[in-house]
Amino acid sequence: MTSPDSISGAANQADGSGGPLGWLESQRNRLIVLSVMAAAAMLLPLIANNYVLEVMSNVWFYVMLCLGLNIVVGYAGLLDLGYAAFFAVGAYTTGILTSQFGVNFWLTIPAAVLFSCVAGIVIGGPTLRLRSDYLAIVTLGFGEIVRIIARNLEITGGASGLIGIEKPSIFGFEISQIAHFYYVFLILAVLACFVSYRLQHSRLGRAWQYVREDEDAAEAMGIDRVAVKLYAYVIGAIFGGIAGCFFAAKMTAISPETFTFQQSVLILLGVVLGGMGKIPGVIVGAFALVLFPEVFRDLGSSRILVFAIVMLVIMLYRPEGIWPAKKS
Amino acid sequence: MALLTVDKLNLNFAGLQVIKDLSFSVEQGSIASLIGPNGAGKTSVFNCLTGFYKPGSGRIDFDGRAITRQRPHRITRRGMARTFQNLRLFKSMTVLENVMSGMHCRTRAGAIGAILRTGSQRREEREIREFCESCLEFVGILGEKDRVASNLSYGTQRRVEWARALATRPRLLLLDEPAAGLNFDEKQRLIGLIKRIRDELDITVLLIEHDMGLVMKVSEMITVIDYGRKIAEGNAQQVQSNPKVIEAYLGREEDEEP
Repeated sequence: MTSPDSISGAANQADGSGGPLGWLESQRNRLIVLSVMAAAAMLLPLIANNYVLEVMSNVWFYVMLCLGLNIVVGYAGLLDLGYAAFFAVGAYTTGILTSQFGVNFWLTIPAAVLFSCVAGIVIGGPTLRLRSDYLAIVTLGFGEIVRIIARNLEITGGASGLIGIEKPSIFGFEISQIAHFYYVFLILAVLACFVSYRLQHSRLGRAWQYVREDEDAAEAMGIDRVAVKLYAYVIGAIFGGIAGCFFAAKMTAISPETFTFQQSVLILLGVVLGGMGKIPGVIVGAFALVLFPEVFRDLGSSRILVFAIVMLVIMLYRPEGIWPAKKS
Repeated sequence: MALLTVDKLNLNFAGLQVIKDLSFSVEQGSIASLIGPNGAGKTSVFNCLTGFYKPGSGRIDFDGRAITRQRPHRITRRGMARTFQNLRLFKSMTVLENVMSGMHCRTRAGAIGAILRTGSQRREEREIREFCESCLEFVGILGEKDRVASNLSYGTQRRVEWARALATRPRLLLLDEPAAGLNFDEKQRLIGLIKRIRDELDITVLLIEHDMGLVMKVSEMITVIDYGRKIAEGNAQQVQSNPKVIEAYLGREEDEEP
């Protein structure tokens, strides 16, 4: 049985070496690697400085976002170019409710889940009958609409955004330092892995795969493809929404420019780079996404160019993503 | 009693009339065939029955209720399963996973059940697995269950399709050219299988087929169509001696014979 910790461990391992993966086929070896990596992830705040913790928190945060989008793109095969919208819905829900209505942070999470669901249904309901390219355009538009709404409403603070978002506390302990947030995002990433894994290996997960492989055949087998896709949209939206809540709490300030089209593309990049539909692959993708610009910080502004070249090379030589395909 | 009744069905594609006033019925518990020369509209009839095409007019009753213009997955849920003329397997998935798709409409576990892996969800997964394995055993390929579908021989892939259709627990099974691409031995086994599906599983069968030997051997009722219109109906002998049928086939013999 795969425990949540062990899945997140897979991320660390893969990021570390990418060495001969055949060795990982043995269940025992895999457990050892996963436990070591899980321990490393747990103990990191004891040795690392704030910079490293900041970057690593960001990694776990993107792991969650990428896994959420992976449900839509990887599992259900729907190209979504506006995923940042769901992340924005969560962040703004928390931002508005805590800063303007004084609602407790933890109570904003169910509200964010609800609003993300609604956003998922609003975008999904009318558009999921479209085939892939059209869907991509519509989702792109939706992402921009959400950002522009946030920019122009008073309640969202307009272009300057919201400030003074409350830091959450739990049992009287305030989550305020970066090490605290590191653990919060680590837990979120682990939960996201766990939920993704369980969904992937379930009746619903199979239905996503059937629809992705052959919509008509899936429909002929009695699968309601519109409902199944809507499920993917809504669950993906909930991942993004919850990630958004914690993002707002960590930053204490949010602005519409966090949720641009580039943000959506970046999250999609993480999914595609690592390997769509493969949990460890997506985790590797999220790592690469965050770590690469940090590691090559010395290159200054040209590092984005190098990043782009590296990505092109990866896509040329590994079009299925970094993580190897499992089935032979 | 008729399980399936088609009444004055019409289907047009941009002015081209593919099906014209077609009426026929399939008796509960029978093995029936729909035959006709190439391009007669047989597969279009199947697509209307299973909801993939929306007929312009006419009525389709299945199991006592109208299913005209319903969406395909609803029709499958009502108990009509089909196979495709050109194989439509989920190619990168295993044989068992392919067959499990059939059980989707007979089970109900949702996202929450899957995440929490509740008792009922696990029980249901076990039932899906067991029933699908029994379907694979029925068509004789249980040993292949963990292989990826695209790696199988053509004949085996066909059987995966049959098992997958059986896994929807249908009352009526539509087979679209089940013998196409099969060798002589495989065809002989197919005849036995079609009879077993009816006799042992109590499933009514309607097939489209070009192999007349096979059609005449298994069918109790044959409907012949040409240019989307019914030209003859009856048992094997009646159809074979019908001058209209002979004309329809002989007129096209040059195209038909391989």
